[in-house]
Amino acid sequence: MKRFGVQIPQVFIIVFLALMVVLALGLDIPMNWIISDALVRLVMNGVLVLSLVPMLKAGIGINFGLPVGIIAGLLGLCISVNFRMKGLWGLSAGMLFSVPVAIVLGYGYGAILNRVKGKEEITATFVGFSFIPLMNFFWAIAPFSNPSMLWPIGGKGMRPVIGLKSYFAKALNHLWMVEVMGVKIPVGLLLFFAVLCLLLVVFFRTNFGRAMTAVGENEQFARLSGINVTRVRTWAIILSTLIAALGICVYAQSYGFIELYDAPLMMAFPAASAILVGGSMGRHTHIVHVVIGTFLFQTTYLISGPIANEMMLPEVAEIFRLMITNGIILYALLYEGGKTS
Amino acid sequence: MKPGQRVPLIFALLSCLGFYYSDMSPSFVLNEVITRFIRDGVMVLALIIPIRAGMGINFSIVVGALCAQVGLILAVDFGLGSLSGILVMALVGMALSVVAGLVIGICLNRVKNREMITTIIIGFLATSIYQLIFMVGYGTLITPTNPEMMLSRGIGIRNMVDLEMFRNVLDTLWLFKIGRIEIPLFMILMVCGFALMIKYITMTRLGKKFQVVGESHEKALALGINVANVRIKAIVASTLIACLGHLFYILNIGMLNVYTAHMNTDIFSCAALMAGGATVIKARVRHGILGIFLFHTLFIVSPQAGQNIFGNPALGEYFRSFVAYGTIAFALILNARSLAPGSKKN
Repeated sequence: MKRFGVQIPQVFIIVFLALMVVLALGLDIPMNWIISDALVRLVMNGVLVLSLVPMLKAGIGINFGLPVGIIAGLLGLCISVNFRMKGLWGLSAGMLFSVPVAIVLGYGYGAILNRVKGKEEITATFVGFSFIPLMNFFWAIAPFSNPSMLWPIGGKGMRPVIGLKSYFAKALNHLWMVEVMGVKIPVGLLLFFAVLCLLLVVFFRTNFGRAMTAVGENEQFARLSGINVTRVRTWAIILSTLIAALGICVYAQSYGFIELYDAPLMMAFPAASAILVGGSMGRHTHIVHVVIGTFLFQTTYLISGPIANEMMLPEVAEIFRLMITNGIILYALLYEGGKTS
Repeated sequence: MKPGQRVPLIFALLSCLGFYYSDMSPSFVLNEVITRFIRDGVMVLALIIPIRAGMGINFSIVVGALCAQVGLILAVDFGLGSLSGILVMALVGMALSVVAGLVIGICLNRVKNREMITTIIIGFLATSIYQLIFMVGYGTLITPTNPEMMLSRGIGIRNMVDLEMFRNVLDTLWLFKIGRIEIPLFMILMVCGFALMIKYITMTRLGKKFQVVGESHEKALALGINVANVRIKAIVASTLIACLGHLFYILNIGMLNVYTAHMNTDIFSCAALMAGGATVIKARVRHGILGIFLFHTLFIVSPQAGQNIFGNPALGEYFRSFVAYGTIAFALILNARSLAPGSKKN
């Protein structure tokens, strides 16, 4: 089942990464800083990438509707900040609050996607896109009361960017931080990611998890063996939404800010690109793909910034990132399409 | 009631409500709608052929828009003015968009059933490539002849290119005034001409081929139609029309926002078409025409209506983005159901 066949995107990104590491060394950008930041970014984005796995495994395709899950997480975080919860407890509370929201949203999202079998990806994209302005409405009139989240003037409506410095910024990042030869290793953060990955692996070993994989591999066969396909698909979508909610919690604490309004609009694409770089091919997705893909993808993201700054063209990094992101997704679409026809 | 009638009705209702609460004068709204009609009309029409050919919404009309912008920038770069400039940019844009259309068509033939998501990604990718060329390529690899359009650092084009020499070349042709309403007759006739042309194409042999391919590939193959070829033609036509449509759009504005002018053209055009009652599998010219009026009326009145109802103009903004994305999402959800096995109606 597992396929680690090396594809053009992997080769390309590895060559690109190697080239940039050489460039970074030439430009005297400190390596220990890059390594510790790469580790942080792996988990910061890794959980979001991980959230694509259940839907891919269940044969629903790439979850381009990631904003739905992200919004569930943002809502949980905002509730936690509203109660002025601090440190790890604040973050855990945020995650906890987002769970019921994610389940409810995931259920509705699942109901929609189950109606559009075969066209899930494009529908998911637009469900995600249209959910953002709908939530903008909510953010603008949300009944939150902590003034550090509201517009300073008028005191109504959420700010687009909420600083978490006095709440739980970097709470998980700084947990059990170990320094080895100048490289800071965020042990707590890595452990959190590892446990989450492990839980997902264990889940796919259970009967229900196997049923999910079976639906992804052959829906007809799964139905004949007595699996309730719609129910399994709904749960896969709920699970994806839930992990995405946790993912944005990890992302926000690592970044130090909660970004509301249009910020999550395009977040699905880098995540999709990362898992594809890791070698995921539709149903044949493995947790290893998530880890490898996120690491390669995010490290290129990370190094390209300072290099472009050194070369006096700061926008180039962003353009290159977008180009890589979309190029990889397009390649995957064309490659998979070419196989079937 | 069929969805083909329900959606326009909802839009008409919302527009009326929005208009009532916005307190705008009817002549202002009408003027704005006419402007939008000549700006966005052709772009909306560009979507019709791929839908008829069963390829769904062609979000890569963005690529056509980019081709138009390339033509425009080249014309400005070489200092060509007025009509000759417009001719050159149209020719360059059209040549580019035929090539781009061929490439997109070949790509889409590999991804049957996932065309729409692929066209979205193609649009994003083309945007990045375009930005790379004009933000980095110009001044490093390509030497501009007109230094005025460059950023002061010498690399990359300015965000805004003024099109003074083209402004009001086309819009003021045959301009009529009825009371306070301005009617640029030439441009309106141009858009109507495109509409008629597409209507005509659908009635030719090629149009019938699009229709058959859109209904079923097996049937098309049985009739000896080269499906792949017809699909490529549909995309080339769409890209070409989009290129001209975007040219109209920019010339009407009279200003080129080099890096952002093409963004969201696909979303808004598509939402307008769906607002007119088209679906992902069925589109007619009249859906496009009706849709532009309905969608843009709502678009014009909603910020002001939001201000008057909730005391916050941002809410109106959110409402209209929601309408744009939501209309497309709704159309997708609605149609995939009618496409599902078991229900044989359109």
